[in-house]
Amino acid sequence: MRFGIIVFPGSNCELDCRWVLENVLGQQTELVWHKETALGDYDCLILPGGFAHGDYLRTGAIARFSPVMAAVERHARRGGLVLGICNGFQVLCEAGLLPGALLRNTTMHFLCRQVHIRVETAATPFTNACTRGQVLRIPINHNEGRYYADEATVARLTANDQVVFRYVTAGGEPTEAANPNGSLQNIAGICNEGRNVLGLMPHPERAAEALLGSADGRLLFASVLRSARTASATPR
Amino acid sequence: MVEPAVTDALIAAHSLTREEYDRVVVILGRAPTYTELGIFSVMWSEHCSYKSSKVHLQTFPTSGPRILQGPGENAGVVDLGDGLAAVFKVESHNHPSYIEPYQGAATGVGGIIRDIFTMGARPIALLDSLRFGPLHEARNRYLMGGVVGGISGYGNAVGVPTVGGEVLFADCYSHNPLVNVLCLGMAQADKLFFGRAGGIGNPVFYVGAKTGRDGIHGATMASETFDERSEERRPTVQVGDPFREKLLIEACLELMRTDALVGIQDMGAAGLTCSSCEMASRGGTGVEVDVRLVPRREEGMTPYEVMLSESQERMLLVARRGTEEVVRGIFARYDLDAVVVGRVTGDGLMRVRDGSRIVAEIPVKGLVAEAPVYRRPTVRPAWQDEVQRLDLDAIPLPRDYGAALCRLLASPSIACKATVWEQYDHMLFVNTVVGPGADAVVLRLKGAEGGIALAMDGNGRYTFLDPFIGGVIAVAEAARNVVVSGAEPVAVTNCLNFGDPTRPEIMWQFTEAVRGMAAACQALQTPVTGGNVSFYNETTGKAIFPTPIVGMLGVLGHISHATTPAWKAAGDLVVLLGESREDLGGSEYLQVCHGMIQGRPPTVDLETERRIQRCCLEAIRAGVVRSAHDCSEGGLAVALAEGCITDPDRPIGVEVSVPGMLRPDALLFGETQSRIVVSLREADLGRLQAIADRHGVPVTALGRTGGSRFVCRGRTYHIDLSLAVLDQAWRGSLSAFFRHR
Repeated sequence: MRFGIIVFPGSNCELDCRWVLENVLGQQTELVWHKETALGDYDCLILPGGFAHGDYLRTGAIARFSPVMAAVERHARRGGLVLGICNGFQVLCEAGLLPGALLRNTTMHFLCRQVHIRVETAATPFTNACTRGQVLRIPINHNEGRYYADEATVARLTANDQVVFRYVTAGGEPTEAANPNGSLQNIAGICNEGRNVLGLMPHPERAAEALLGSADGRLLFASVLRSARTASATPR
Repeated sequence: MVEPAVTDALIAAHSLTREEYDRVVVILGRAPTYTELGIFSVMWSEHCSYKSSKVHLQTFPTSGPRILQGPGENAGVVDLGDGLAAVFKVESHNHPSYIEPYQGAATGVGGIIRDIFTMGARPIALLDSLRFGPLHEARNRYLMGGVVGGISGYGNAVGVPTVGGEVLFADCYSHNPLVNVLCLGMAQADKLFFGRAGGIGNPVFYVGAKTGRDGIHGATMASETFDERSEERRPTVQVGDPFREKLLIEACLELMRTDALVGIQDMGAAGLTCSSCEMASRGGTGVEVDVRLVPRREEGMTPYEVMLSESQERMLLVARRGTEEVVRGIFARYDLDAVVVGRVTGDGLMRVRDGSRIVAEIPVKGLVAEAPVYRRPTVRPAWQDEVQRLDLDAIPLPRDYGAALCRLLASPSIACKATVWEQYDHMLFVNTVVGPGADAVVLRLKGAEGGIALAMDGNGRYTFLDPFIGGVIAVAEAARNVVVSGAEPVAVTNCLNFGDPTRPEIMWQFTEAVRGMAAACQALQTPVTGGNVSFYNETTGKAIFPTPIVGMLGVLGHISHATTPAWKAAGDLVVLLGESREDLGGSEYLQVCHGMIQGRPPTVDLETERRIQRCCLEAIRAGVVRSAHDCSEGGLAVALAEGCITDPDRPIGVEVSVPGMLRPDALLFGETQSRIVVSLREADLGRLQAIADRHGVPVTALGRTGGSRFVCRGRTYHIDLSLAVLDQAWRGSLSAFFRHR
């Protein structure tokens, strides 16, 4: 598979995504600078973590105006896969490709730590190698990760099975203590209605090798590979 | 505009002595201009010239088979094999962090990162060694919150993970916190770059952020003590922009992949002045710059201000003539300024123009090589004997050893620092195999079998009580921390934080500490590759503890050798390598439980130290031990407790008995050096014994892991506590001071 990794000025997880995709999963990747206006033929686009445009003004607020975003939107509208990790999730929300917003953590400071998330639906191209209810150990790394949306939006997300991950205890309970940043209903990741665009705050690329403490994050990438192979699993 | 006349008052305001000024006149053959006076003042400041420390630093061993670059460049370079090189250095940002903690710490991070990528290395890790006053004082919480926030805010956004470090507390740091930042980068050993201005006629480029009035005379500020009015100096602290620095890193590394670059240097302390004349000095050339061409973000700046500005995120580079467009193209891609501001000359002069007018013309040699060097007087303080005196008979034994252990675990210097390092991205680049909280951090090397370990260490209390021993222990313990993590210690960087060097007592502390460090570096075969000296760490005449901080780099032959302090399974044997003596002098226990900073710190026999390190490393490499932990602050009992609780996902109890005829508090909490606690499968005890015998290292079986309690008993003492109680003391202590709103 061919992955395009979008690089904004200030992105910093692009090389980690590339490392995991190429060296752990044996896939092809290309780094795409934010000034590009046309995209090559990619099966999946990744918006990596970091601080696009310094996260000045508001996380993702400037990045949505980067020239490349029009092409990302076209790719998404065509049903192409888009994975936004951390800052990438924030950019996707600002760009309107995902609903809601990421606010400052209730702790009021940056948090880098291992957390547990529960797979709420396996019916996405990013989680089809998981089982519903499966608990994954994946680190977070953010200052603004508190998912927020209005009531109607959250109701719609829930009704449409668009909540993909929730923060939980190691035993799989979505308690307040297991919620690191104050996210609404412990939401850690969501997809769009078409299910081809996923945003999540945890970093799956940081949990792709047992040497680093967890290989659970690999399941997300494995899902993408599987959906490419299985025609029936491709986005509607 | 007309420059001010150079008067006695102006000379004094520039912190130049009369003798130094006379020397300036001799070098120039005339009186200096105002701009020249400013240039001499910063170049001859303690911070830039090392004039009081130079003769002592020369006693450090600096060469070895792995050393590719020793002191004198922007950073040291160590050969890792496979064509890879580790580039590393530590620097202080103490003074700015006291005046403005967030920006002071942030720009400290930014500065050391530039020192690393300027060598051609991608910065991949940061560590910091921090010292604050006690946290029950609100101002110290403010300083610590600001410093940690600045490291987090800058380090995370610039995209270099902060993978470890240390934080300690003592009264003396209340008015002078320490912020020492270490950066590590990875480079191709045959693709290193240096700060040299070579090739007469080559263009000198200014790249990065624009120049403002911030930070003028920052280097001079760092070379003076503080008083009650220090806060008024806030305008001399620079403001950092991590986003701009991130772009600068990427642009410079991209430029280094072309063949356009001749030499490059960060504009750090003393800004354009220091970078241009140091580059010319190393290149054996001259340099000419026109301040009119320097990109500015403020109007009406004088040549003096442009030359002395310490605005952040700027670099000076020399490119090959004819490659100007290559340079401009790369920086344009990142929306950064890249402007030719001058050229390399062959006349050995630093010439500063303001358009057609020459405002400074100084022999480079005069600024750098002929800078003053002082062998300042030293005297052993009259109070030294007094603080070393310790009558153990007058110190009562604890009534409750368990309570004493909990107090030690909750002491902020020993307690879990997760509340600090969780604010740092410590995982970026997916290399962090052992992260913050262990004796050393361990990073894998992508594409190679091995890894590297890094530790920072320095005990100011020991150094205060005996500067020589403090210097020895700073090195020995840093090396031990690297060894217990599975790595062979190979090279040192250091940051020497002391008071006012013109005071003979302070200078004695300095020379003794350096003597101790040099002896330990020699014995442990870990050469010094560079570092930083920070003098004048005093406020209203009260100096900090003399605090040498050592950054130790270690190499793991195979990443599977990475070892942590936590027990790995129930039923394993717990064994002490090394011997305990009655070493309560200078201990955390004396301070925490008896309120005393007193006595002689534990001595170190360097031959014994070397043997125990060899023994431990061999046992790790042979796969004999499953955990290893240095015995340091808080002694054996704290080391054993940490074995139980440092892995939050898997606490494992222990049941031990510590044999020996010592006073029980010395047995449990004494800080005898050259000791390591290991755990291993029972079946491997014979193999460990054989390795230890070969190295002449005593082995004492203490007990066994398992259960959910910490049980430690002997004839004269008894501790039996649940791990939950230990965990609460250790993990809960620091966060209680920083409760979230």
